[in-house]
Amino acid sequence: MKYDYVIIGNSAGGIGCVEAIRELDIDSSVLVISAEKYHTYSRALIPYYLDGKIEFEKMYYRPPDFYDRMDVDTKLGVRATRVDVERKRVLLENGEEIEYGKLLIATGGKPFIPPMDGLGGQNNVFTFLKMDDVLGVERGLKDARKVVVLGGGIIGLMASEVLARKGLDVKVVELADRVLAPVVDETTSRIIEKKFQENGVEIILNNTISRVVGEERVEKVILRDGREIDTDMLIVAVGVVPNTEVVKDTPIKVNRGIVVNRKMETSVKDVYACGDCAEIYDFVFGSNRVLPLWPTAYTGGRIAGFNMVGREREYNLATSMNAMHFFDYYIINAGLNVPNDSEEFEVIYRLEGDSYRKFALKDGRIAGFIIAGKMERAGIFLKLMEEGIDVSAFKDKLLKENFGFIDIPEPVRWKLLEDKVKLGVVREL
Amino acid sequence: MAKIRIVSKPEVCIGCHLCEVWCTVAHSKSKDIIKAFLYEQPRAQPRVVVEEELPETYALQCRHCNEPKCVAACIAGALYKDDDGVVIHDEEKCVACYSCIMACPYGAIRINLETKKPLKCDLCRGLDHPYCVKYCPNNALEIVVEAEEFV
Repeated sequence: MKYDYVIIGNSAGGIGCVEAIRELDIDSSVLVISAEKYHTYSRALIPYYLDGKIEFEKMYYRPPDFYDRMDVDTKLGVRATRVDVERKRVLLENGEEIEYGKLLIATGGKPFIPPMDGLGGQNNVFTFLKMDDVLGVERGLKDARKVVVLGGGIIGLMASEVLARKGLDVKVVELADRVLAPVVDETTSRIIEKKFQENGVEIILNNTISRVVGEERVEKVILRDGREIDTDMLIVAVGVVPNTEVVKDTPIKVNRGIVVNRKMETSVKDVYACGDCAEIYDFVFGSNRVLPLWPTAYTGGRIAGFNMVGREREYNLATSMNAMHFFDYYIINAGLNVPNDSEEFEVIYRLEGDSYRKFALKDGRIAGFIIAGKMERAGIFLKLMEEGIDVSAFKDKLLKENFGFIDIPEPVRWKLLEDKVKLGVVREL
Repeated sequence: MAKIRIVSKPEVCIGCHLCEVWCTVAHSKSKDIIKAFLYEQPRAQPRVVVEEELPETYALQCRHCNEPKCVAACIAGALYKDDDGVVIHDEEKCVACYSCIMACPYGAIRINLETKKPLKCDLCRGLDHPYCVKYCPNNALEIVVEAEEFV
């Protein structure tokens, strides 16, 4: 079989690519390959589903008729094992070979499982990344009362919140000296830790699991400091690493993730990559890095799609960005995560109760920010960062809870608004 | 395809907030100003943002961008562009993660105080005319027609 465009991956990046291709080219043949058998769904919704906030059907990222409407073929539940860049073919685990004109690799991330003595084969150990994990956790919940979550990052904490709300006794084990360590600053970490403790979740810091006890099931975990905790379930949510197996032993350059330029092209002609498996250009960081984030995956896939059909586009505005919430406390942050006592950056912040706003400035420009508590209009700060606006003249106003364009002096305000003060697109007259 | 756009004119905006009032009406069940404000529970909420630092005032609402960042950021597939190029928010699918609040460069997505879910302009889908434009007493919001260009 030969397809003009082949996409390996069926999540944010893959779908972004399909949608971009079809905006410009309705005639070419497109194939989506995924190791998972499900219609495109959103991994980010897993905690919401387990929480009972949404029905199973609502986990689908696009409507049921999506592939038909987009006129793309799918091979779902079939793993792509290898890419042969010489012959421009993707090899599938069932022995099939697919020839491609252009290829996107959007294989996402895989959970990182740190080494633990005694771990292997137990049926109550789960990660929190895929539909099958969810279904496993769901089954395991029936007779679980105590759970240990390894990892105090975003996924680990989201899992912990859901399980705590279901009435389980939850203990989070985190290696760093605070939760969400690389993502947010210490002030935010402490607020979050307090929220969890108030809701009966124990947060165990500076610690990790050195040994698990139990043959069929993990019955007990032993921490690095010797503490023993009985448990009915172990959730491993330490992080994700790029899933780059499919390009192993190919000339496609891989660093931590698959290296791409700003057009999302890999080092091999006609092969593109995006999302959690790739290393993309971070405009704040100033170089490439792995950004395993939903918006950057989708946008990266979209940019790849445009370039694949021959319309040149660059992805110049990727950077770290997160919107998260724990026990109805919301946080949005983007750019660099700078400590408050930084010497390299000018840090301004305001903390009142649980409402926290902080900006790290460099040469008057925003290099990173955190908004927590009151969230409206946080996107304006991302815009100021993307545009590299010098905020020195109005930096004190950034800390206002109702900050808006009105607080940005003219003519910068109109520069940000005017070229697009045209609001909206309406149906045809 | 010709596109209609709403243009905001700060120079003639009088800061009366009637666009917010009528946006509320447009998104109420009854579409009646008295019923919408007195009897409907929960009361509908406006999607237009009025910024003011007197004497300067102007209204902003979703621009229905050509490349909507909110759509790219949405983890639930709750934001999408319909066939008319209008960016629509499906409240049913939304899980209130606020990725769109993070992504919107104009701060044009508001938050529903009742449901905590995002609220955005839908260009008065299903009505004859966007209400904010129709009822602005000083024509500070106008509709212009433009040829669509692909960026």
